[in-house]
Amino acid sequence: MSRPRAAAGTRRSAARPAAARASAAALRDNRLVRALAAARMGGRRVLVPYIMAGDLDAAATERLVELLVAAGADAIELGVPFSDPIADGPVNQRAGFRALARGMTLGRALALVARIREHTGVPLVFMTYYNLLLRHGLAAFCRDAVAAGLDGVITADLPPEEGDALVAEGRAAGLATIFLLAPTSTDARIRSVAGASSGFIYCVSRTGVTGVRDEVPPELAELVGRIRAATETPVCVGFGISRPSQAREVARYADGVIVGSALVGMLEEDPEDLGRVGAFVRDLKAAVSGR
Amino acid sequence: MRTVSRKARAELPGRFGVYGGRYVPETLIPALEELETAFHEARRDPAFTAELQRRLRTFCGRPTPLYLAGRLTEALGGARIYLKREDLLHTGAHKINNTVGQVLLAVRMGKRRIIAETGAGQHGVATAAAAAACGLPCEVYMGVDDMERQALNVFRMRLLGARVIGVEGGSRTLKDAINEALRDWVTNVRDTFYVFGTVAGPHPYPEIVRAFQAIIGEEARRQIVDVEGRLPDCCVACVGGGSNALGLFYAFRDDPAVALVGVEAAGRGLATGEHAASLTAGSPGVLHGAYSYVLQDAAGQVLPTHSISAGLDYPGVGPEHAYMKDTGRARYVAVTDEEALDALHLLCRTEGILPALESAHALAHLNTLAPALGRDKLVVVGLSGRGDKDVHTVAKAAGEDLGDRR
Repeated sequence: MSRPRAAAGTRRSAARPAAARASAAALRDNRLVRALAAARMGGRRVLVPYIMAGDLDAAATERLVELLVAAGADAIELGVPFSDPIADGPVNQRAGFRALARGMTLGRALALVARIREHTGVPLVFMTYYNLLLRHGLAAFCRDAVAAGLDGVITADLPPEEGDALVAEGRAAGLATIFLLAPTSTDARIRSVAGASSGFIYCVSRTGVTGVRDEVPPELAELVGRIRAATETPVCVGFGISRPSQAREVARYADGVIVGSALVGMLEEDPEDLGRVGAFVRDLKAAVSGR
Repeated sequence: MRTVSRKARAELPGRFGVYGGRYVPETLIPALEELETAFHEARRDPAFTAELQRRLRTFCGRPTPLYLAGRLTEALGGARIYLKREDLLHTGAHKINNTVGQVLLAVRMGKRRIIAETGAGQHGVATAAAAAACGLPCEVYMGVDDMERQALNVFRMRLLGARVIGVEGGSRTLKDAINEALRDWVTNVRDTFYVFGTVAGPHPYPEIVRAFQAIIGEEARRQIVDVEGRLPDCCVACVGGGSNALGLFYAFRDDPAVALVGVEAAGRGLATGEHAASLTAGSPGVLHGAYSYVLQDAAGQVLPTHSISAGLDYPGVGPEHAYMKDTGRARYVAVTDEEALDALHLLCRTEGILPALESAHALAHLNTLAPALGRDKLVVVGLSGRGDKDVHTVAKAAGEDLGDRR
């Protein structure tokens, strides 16, 4: 499994250090970069809840963001639905299809961000798939995203080898580009992902798709340790973190914890019970904070 | 904007011009790299090649004949038509060329479990057969709508020892089966081999599937030179994902005098929007790990497709076809359900051959192509599969009820 990178993995690595240097300036004012740097400086761990933009409807998403902020979210990940979400498990797939059925698009998600931005400074990040960005145009997307008040983008099906253009546009516009690492990633890939990522690195806790799981894999701590040894960029862990006890465990070694499917599933069960959602996020926040 | 230069991209492995690439979740990247390395090692290993050749000959039934369709030629009144008879292969279509190769690769890599996706069921049946012959457990993802349409193939897969897993999500057809197979692979990547069915998907699949299907054109090229003493003027094949077309075309790629024509599914007509003609009516985008032509809406969401042929009912296409379209090396046309059905009936009556509905699309294009080329020209048509699986669909289209359909 862990063999040296083949040709595809080494392609344009030579171009990366220069791009990385150029990044610093445009991203300095980015809310996500600032929030995570401040958290690390202060020894705090961050909580990043994920919800699907437009699940229920756009207005409900707006209200939900307020609730998440009030409950202690340090940044929020908004899913932008795609017809073929290969990295998502059943819960997030269903939420995406509900949002699509209600007409959510990348353009409408940007408009939603602009409305949310009128009343909160919380860092906002999209999680989506590459075809939507391509279709919008990479330069236009990065420009529109920053104008709307978005801080970063996670593209579930974009490895760094294919990400040069998005990284360059993101850096020019001041939009963080967050790439993912997985338990199968070699040290060479960790370096490559670290070079392309800004804001944070998204560490996938296990092989698999998004979804609720019972345990934290025992080898996760070692993986996060390898990543943190290779880069100064903060590391947030997601995929399968669904309980406060798991969040507490992961927060011992990672900069942040991302919780998605558990929250999305709760909203699917009862979209009206916002009290339950708020309590859950407060419990997660307490766990992440070591309380 | 500092995009990656198009010229540089063309030289990268896994790229066909700007098309191709590897757009998948990070978890799969090391697995694709491992697959790429193992594939290239296997190709250099004479023992692997010998074993593959042996199985192609004794298990699959290669070489397949090149058949002069004399009465069809006469009926259409134009170019002399040769059929490359992949329909005579074990399990009934060209798909077995690829599955035998990939399953042997899985054995060599020490993988303990096979997964695959299927639309019409032909790739699923061919994977199940190859896995059974190599003693590996096999699970096949199939959209629940396709399971309904192709109940016979579902049962064939089960007879061959495979577990067929119905996919309820999305449009419940091939594209959703691929999504679910990719999710399985992401989850069980360490011990599972994903036998991908066409020349699409992330690098190195387009290259691997092309390599295993190229035998179609290699044989056809030798055979036509043997009987006619020269190369054909044109090769025609149907294109869904594009494996049988690329398999036929590849041996002729450097023969500029040989025209290459891919025939897509125009379904109920391109104007109705109910079709599967990605190259003819789509636009570049990323689906299932590769940059290629995709049927998508203005926002980049992948559109539902329609074709009477389940094997062509797919909104994407292999990236090398996208490249061949843009460079003009091949051209792509589309024929409707109705034209394909007519061509199926015509081949049955003139030649005594029942073609698959997929292959009937290639045949349908001959109606215009053969007379236009004229009598002194030669055409090779990829007859990718036989039509036994389509009898119910054809009967239904003719308004007949065979009575035993679920």
